[in-house]
Amino acid sequence: MKAPDVAYARPRTLDEALALLAEHGEAAQPLAGGQSLVTSLNMRLAAPGLLVDLNGLPELTGIAEAGGVIRIGAMTRHRDLAASPLVAERLPLIAAAVPHIAHPAIRNRGTIGGSVALADPAAELPACCLALRASFVIRGLTGERRVAADDFFLGLFETAIGPGEILVAIEIPVPGADAVSGFDELARRHGDYALVGLAAQGRRDGVGLGDLRLVFFGVGDRPVLAGNAAAAVAAGGVKAAQDALAADIDPADDVAVRGATRRHLARVLLGRVLGRMTGEA
Amino acid sequence: MENEQRIGFTLNGERVRARVAARQHLGDLLRLEFGLTGVHLGCEHGVCGACTIRVDGRAVRACLMLAVQADGAAVETIEGLTESGEIADLQDAFHRRNALQCGYCTPGMLVTAAELLAETPRPSREAIREAVGGNYCRCTGYHAIVDAIAATAETRIAATAEARVAASVEPAEAGR
Repeated sequence: MKAPDVAYARPRTLDEALALLAEHGEAAQPLAGGQSLVTSLNMRLAAPGLLVDLNGLPELTGIAEAGGVIRIGAMTRHRDLAASPLVAERLPLIAAAVPHIAHPAIRNRGTIGGSVALADPAAELPACCLALRASFVIRGLTGERRVAADDFFLGLFETAIGPGEILVAIEIPVPGADAVSGFDELARRHGDYALVGLAAQGRRDGVGLGDLRLVFFGVGDRPVLAGNAAAAVAAGGVKAAQDALAADIDPADDVAVRGATRRHLARVLLGRVLGRMTGEA
Repeated sequence: MENEQRIGFTLNGERVRARVAARQHLGDLLRLEFGLTGVHLGCEHGVCGACTIRVDGRAVRACLMLAVQADGAAVETIEGLTESGEIADLQDAFHRRNALQCGYCTPGMLVTAAELLAETPRPSREAIREAVGGNYCRCTGYHAIVDAIAATAETRIAATAEARVAASVEPAEAGR
């Protein structure tokens, strides 16, 4: 329960941080809010040689809208997402998800960039980013690139962020005036990691839903886009979507619950969230 | 980029300095170097909430912040919050309502409750339960804790209303 010996640096600029990562290679580990990383250190599940603390980098913070895109700095804390009028107004999916992330003291430190870069398959914000078609701004010593959410989550705790790179911002296209979203999760205790969660984003299309993105979390090795269920909504409504979901997710048995239980819970959650989104609940 | 660093921060209102190992979490620094044993360590991985303290005005887990990260920050522990009297009413309500038995969770519980009440003057019982859900209590079963926090909210609201009435009455009385 005590972290292993480690070196620490708090760079004052992003370039300095990138130079440290380049110099120390795989031994270097960026430190964001620390709410998962320090846990891993304390439990000795991680033993980096150098922690590169990103908490002194003002260029990684802030939430702003420009050119149809909302840019959220990677070091924006969950608490700041919850307090942002821009997020509340323009990104209600994220506003609905944040209260489900752990507990107040964790939300005071934890960051959106840290959550996304860690890519815990049961975490809320990676699923929201995927549902919202976010783009991830990744900086390396040689420059900046953007990766679409569909190409970003590669597996269990695995993302498109390469060695020596830092996630600097999340860019989310501003949903239109006809946008509609839904979020819910099932956990044994509020604030625990979800057994199953669902982040949904779409737009009102007559009496139905168009451009629907249903992203489940806690059901696989990464957030899972349920394409079959989304397509079935348009064709046959909520019941059809629940039936189609079987082709989208295949949760494994684990120490918490059996895969079949998770599958059932996902079906229930889909009914609830779609019901609310279509006003059928 | 050292394994040990010198840091300076404000601890319960006083400027302090320390030489810390990067691997040391803030909870251990406060307990071992400064003797602030009101920072209770339970799980040391952010789950139990016993070590919850205040850093730059916000409740944080002392076990999930490295001591070196406190450099330049304002850190407040239960000792400082007690001495300032800021949460005396909350502590009194915990006492009166029997909202503690062994007391191990109490410092973290109080910091969490203080933040909730600062942000939500009249939280619902459900909101209180949600807020303290991140702080494990294995004695009282939470009921008395929720009672104490709800009672403090009511007392503070009543006191604010009274102060407002007094402020509007006083000038007239003074003129008599």
